[in-house]
Amino acid sequence: MTSLSHPTAGGTSAPASPHSVVHTKVYGDAEHLQVPAAAAHVSSEQMLDWFKQMLLIREFELRCMQAYQEKKIGGFCHVYIGQEAVAVGCTAAVQHKDPIVTAYRDHGHALARGMDPKHCMAEMFGRIGGCAKGKGGSMHMFDRDNNLYGGHGIVGAQTPLGAGLAFGCKYMDEVIDGKPNSRVSLCFLGDGALNQGAFHEAMNLAGLFDIPVIYVVENNGYSMGTAIARGTTMAHSLITKAAGYGIDGYVVDGMDVVGVYADMKRIADKCRATSRPAFVDMRTYRYKGHSMSDPRKYRTKEEEEVFETHDPIGRLEARLKTAGLLTDDSLKAMQKAVRDTVRDAITWSDESPIPPMAELYHDVFVEPWGPYTGSSQPAMNGGTANPPSMRTIDTKEELS
Amino acid sequence: MSAVREIEYRDALREAMSEEMRRDKRVFLLGEEVAEYNGAYKISRGMLDEFGARRVIDTPISESGFAGLAIGAAMMGLKPVVEFMSWSFSLVAADPILNNAPKMLYMSGGQFGCPVVFRGNDGAGGQLGSTHSWCVEGLYSNVPGIKIAIPSNPYDAKGLLKTAIRGSDPVFFLESERMLGNKGEVPEEEYLIPFGQAKVIRSGTDCTLASWGRPVHFCMEAAEEMQKLGISCEVIDLRTVRPLDIGTVVRSVKKTGACVVVDQSWSFGSPGSELASQVHRHCFDDLDNYVHRVHSADVPTPYATNLEQEYLPNARKIAEAVRSATYNL
Repeated sequence: MTSLSHPTAGGTSAPASPHSVVHTKVYGDAEHLQVPAAAAHVSSEQMLDWFKQMLLIREFELRCMQAYQEKKIGGFCHVYIGQEAVAVGCTAAVQHKDPIVTAYRDHGHALARGMDPKHCMAEMFGRIGGCAKGKGGSMHMFDRDNNLYGGHGIVGAQTPLGAGLAFGCKYMDEVIDGKPNSRVSLCFLGDGALNQGAFHEAMNLAGLFDIPVIYVVENNGYSMGTAIARGTTMAHSLITKAAGYGIDGYVVDGMDVVGVYADMKRIADKCRATSRPAFVDMRTYRYKGHSMSDPRKYRTKEEEEVFETHDPIGRLEARLKTAGLLTDDSLKAMQKAVRDTVRDAITWSDESPIPPMAELYHDVFVEPWGPYTGSSQPAMNGGTANPPSMRTIDTKEELS
Repeated sequence: MSAVREIEYRDALREAMSEEMRRDKRVFLLGEEVAEYNGAYKISRGMLDEFGARRVIDTPISESGFAGLAIGAAMMGLKPVVEFMSWSFSLVAADPILNNAPKMLYMSGGQFGCPVVFRGNDGAGGQLGSTHSWCVEGLYSNVPGIKIAIPSNPYDAKGLLKTAIRGSDPVFFLESERMLGNKGEVPEEEYLIPFGQAKVIRSGTDCTLASWGRPVHFCMEAAEEMQKLGISCEVIDLRTVRPLDIGTVVRSVKKTGACVVVDQSWSFGSPGSELASQVHRHCFDDLDNYVHRVHSADVPTPYATNLEQEYLPNARKIAEAVRSATYNL
């Protein structure tokens, strides 16, 4: 594939279902966000870095699927394949100090935010080396050092939290430190979360209180197996929902990492400057099922093939090659490096111990009582590598 | 020490919040009508004037939204106090208050705590009907990761709320509309009351009455009545149900040999059933009868005055339970 523009820009190849990709904006006073990707100020180093990040996420997710089949990963597992440009482009467009919160399809965000793949994989393996010491699992990736506030498993639950994170940043800067707000928060959600009450309450509060949170709807066209138009009103124009809350809405092609970056950079800069929220209809596609048990009977093979021709990795690869920034040899070297990284993560996770039983009663309370044993940071955050010893519970203690 | 003064329960709550807000800028109050209206129950009266609109924040009627917002802010290191006009309204915020706040520290492997206090009126307010009369301790005490305080008087309300705000964990603070005007001695000097410490508020030798919140007062009435019959009741105010100070109750029951648990929530799967179970376990050889329990009737809360009075725990029902538990005296 050679076209580097958004799917609709090419005309006939634009996928008609479940949504077509257009750049538009119907509410607010900002300039139209029709940013040709080529016009964005993006260095070759940045593009190569994003390319490598996307390769890493895809390889990581493919190996997750394999590990799931091997029963090394349990529970629910949702992979990010197809949506890589969203996490990578959005993360690049904000600053590291800006908090990020997301839903359960969260491995990509964790890796893009800088979590070591070892800690991400070990979490899914249920090992003490996991980012949450094996207590969260696939849907609950947290990374304090990288300002990632989860991984949340209940659809839409993270949307009021995202408002709270941005509210907290603003409060700390303005009320406590007496300086202008300097941060925005990124709150990712799936298109299914648009129908949750919590999301609408969060949007209302964000609009009402001038909270600089950016709601990025990773609109992959399906909430589990329900096509967006079957579950959501105004599916063809989601930004009208934002308009109802007085929030600027944008549509962005989520299959083009350079475009995602360019658009999100402008959106984030504006939110930071104005301390106002934003809503982004990020058009993307997940190539795999909702979770590992999904046979994808609700959509056609043809539709999947159309979107595969808009693969974010393939598009950037073509662009980099055309620009002379990538050769077959350098691509192979990059792919090998990524494979090695993920293989190392798996080996490391295999070797990471299972959580000691003492962890069962640890991290329930910061100030513990009764049978609880306090709290400590996971090893990846420089916390205690050694879990606390189990307190003996006898009748006397239980009585105290 | 200066002369002891008497203030209302609602003033004690306000003093606790105001003192903590003066001491720590991370503390702020948000909820419906807390600012310009001066509080639906006048608990936050005057706080907007003192602290300004950035720290005393009126929210729309949007419990799920503002409870979640407070949790996000708490994850950032702030210390929000969220006022629910009634805990009955917290049901629409069940996901943030039960799925986020109590589990964040655990699911993040110790990375993110949630130092947030949710507080408001709990239990029957007086002819409010079934939807507005929830005793949420029956539901919420089942969830690990939350501390729950249910103070029965102004002194405890102030000391426990200051502890709640100063702490690092999520706290559900259950007040009662029926007690907000109650007066009690509250010293001018600062004090804090640790969680998990019950208070023996009346000494006795024949039967232990264990309760928390508003029914503590009914227990005291019943104890007076029983005294006239020559039965001496020891009344224990648990003050917090998570942590539950089972030790104080057990020490008392080992002395009295009889126990009545009084809990305003419904009986099935309640803090009262938990307490009774623990007393049975620890005092199996000391009890002369099974632990009796007085709860609200196992029906939705009725509106009519006579029905509501009979629905709630009251001194008569408690006295009957004491008489039954001490049948051998």
